[in-house]
Amino acid sequence: MQGTAGKDVIVTVLVAAVLIWALPLMVGTYTLTVLAIYAMLGLSLGLIWGFGGILCFGQAAFFGLGAYTYAIAAINTGESTLPMILAVIVPCVFAALLGAMMFYGRLGDVYLGVITLVVTLILFKFISSTAGPQYTIGTARLGGYNGIPGFPTLNVPGRPDLFIWGDALYYLCAVALLLVYLGVTWFLRSSFGRIAVGIRENETRMSLIGYDVRARKTVLFAIGAAIAGLAGALFANWGAIVTPGLFSLSQSAEIIIWCIVGGLGTRFGPLLGAAGLGYLKFLLGQQSMINNTMLMGLILVLFVLFLPRGVVPAAISVWRASIGRPRRAGRAGALRRNRRRGRTDG
Amino acid sequence: MAEPVLETQHLTMRFGGVVAVDNVTFTLRRGELRCLIGPNGAGKSTFFKCLTGLLTPSEGHVLMQGEETTGWPPHRVAALGVGIKTQVPNVMDGLSVQENIWLAARRFVPSAQAAAKTREVIDRLALGPIARTELGRLAHGERQQVELGFVAASDPWLVLLDEPAAGMTAGEVARMTEVIHELNRTAAVVIVEHDMQFIRSIASTVTVFHQGAILIEDDVETVMSDPHVRNIYLGKKA
Repeated sequence: MQGTAGKDVIVTVLVAAVLIWALPLMVGTYTLTVLAIYAMLGLSLGLIWGFGGILCFGQAAFFGLGAYTYAIAAINTGESTLPMILAVIVPCVFAALLGAMMFYGRLGDVYLGVITLVVTLILFKFISSTAGPQYTIGTARLGGYNGIPGFPTLNVPGRPDLFIWGDALYYLCAVALLLVYLGVTWFLRSSFGRIAVGIRENETRMSLIGYDVRARKTVLFAIGAAIAGLAGALFANWGAIVTPGLFSLSQSAEIIIWCIVGGLGTRFGPLLGAAGLGYLKFLLGQQSMINNTMLMGLILVLFVLFLPRGVVPAAISVWRASIGRPRRAGRAGALRRNRRRGRTDG
Repeated sequence: MAEPVLETQHLTMRFGGVVAVDNVTFTLRRGELRCLIGPNGAGKSTFFKCLTGLLTPSEGHVLMQGEETTGWPPHRVAALGVGIKTQVPNVMDGLSVQENIWLAARRFVPSAQAAAKTREVIDRLALGPIARTELGRLAHGERQQVELGFVAASDPWLVLLDEPAAGMTAGEVARMTEVIHELNRTAAVVIVEHDMQFIRSIASTVTVFHQGAILIEDDVETVMSDPHVRNIYLGKKA
């Protein structure tokens, strides 16, 4: 088991190193940076939804909180190290409180979706209405619809004069994504991760085995928010401005579409979905013939109808059916009661 | 006489105006194996759910090893060392048999020991040939056995089984009986069951539920020959 894990890490690092080196030869690093950030954001939802069964309609809330926390803290401290740490901690704590309220309140999946969506919209409305000069935190003005521009972007820790931007920011974001991916892989191999998957499969049974489902879902939800917060902080650095649009409904919906298209229950699926659709959005942004949002909606409808498990699980199934090992059938014949919900090892 | 490991005192469960469990006082002693029987709607499963924490009783108390567990959530009840099997197989369909049982074992032992415990339970229940098969692909009887595997993996001192033999083949029931007897060496067992043949093969003492209350509690042969029990079970005068 440990040997396999070590091999997986080496393969992942090698493949990532090749991609990090090769992709800038084809696509600009400015675009690749935001794609890496989107991939991290997709992975954050992919973790809690695909492996924990928590469908959060408000992952954008944690993304936006991370971005705003970074911007506000950077203006107040004049450097980026502490703001980066706060950008992970603040969404994590916020999600822990929100999650505890929802999971200990025994809310069903539908209500959980509604509450996370509403929280995102509340944040959007609130931040949008902070244009007045009275809305300041320390020396940072929240700026309402105009957002917060002009905050110090990433610098080398301890060297506020040495900024990380351009190609360096791309490499930083790509390495951060790789580290998050490896962290998620480690987490899913750990007891906590395996138990989270068990909870996704059957909460009642896991509770009857003796696991406190509420506490574990709260922790998983907070971990997903921490990753989204990190992505938000990197996004703030990429754009050098944060606006209420980060909390928007369309941003929340996009993250869900990334996960569905890429494939739930896989680590690589949401990452691929986010980067792939993010790049498509970038390409479509260069023309005005096709409406971007409409195309996203169409892609979602097509995937739900024809490839509901997403790209990565479908590709794995095709591979297994052609050259891979077929799954073993049950002793008494394959009585397939419930289709598995797209879980594979991708 | 052995000390009680499970007691209920005046346990009552109401759903609106319907009294599903009516003032039930029940005692199970260490090492005992007790079957709860009764016709449909007698209140057995509701009583069972009050024990496991799946329902919070309207009135009365549940005590396990003398500790008040009334209204505890299921995970707290299970964490005491209570093995629970529900009426409908309640398993993780997308995971393999091995992974399912590992999850149960891991709750009570560290990760390294959980793997060994999982292998032991798989061998004990003869689940080796299907160890890597997803639960969603298995037949009903196999799923029931895996659920019993959850119970076995937790090394319980109290086992609560709701209709463990339902939908199983004769061979599977025989193996199930063996495993239950094995569990009973170290744990007190409560079984809610309909299958009279299975009850005769496994239990010495039976508690009969009728209209939410305990009608009679005695050894299996006495209960089976009781005219009142025959009447409510077969729906005719004895």
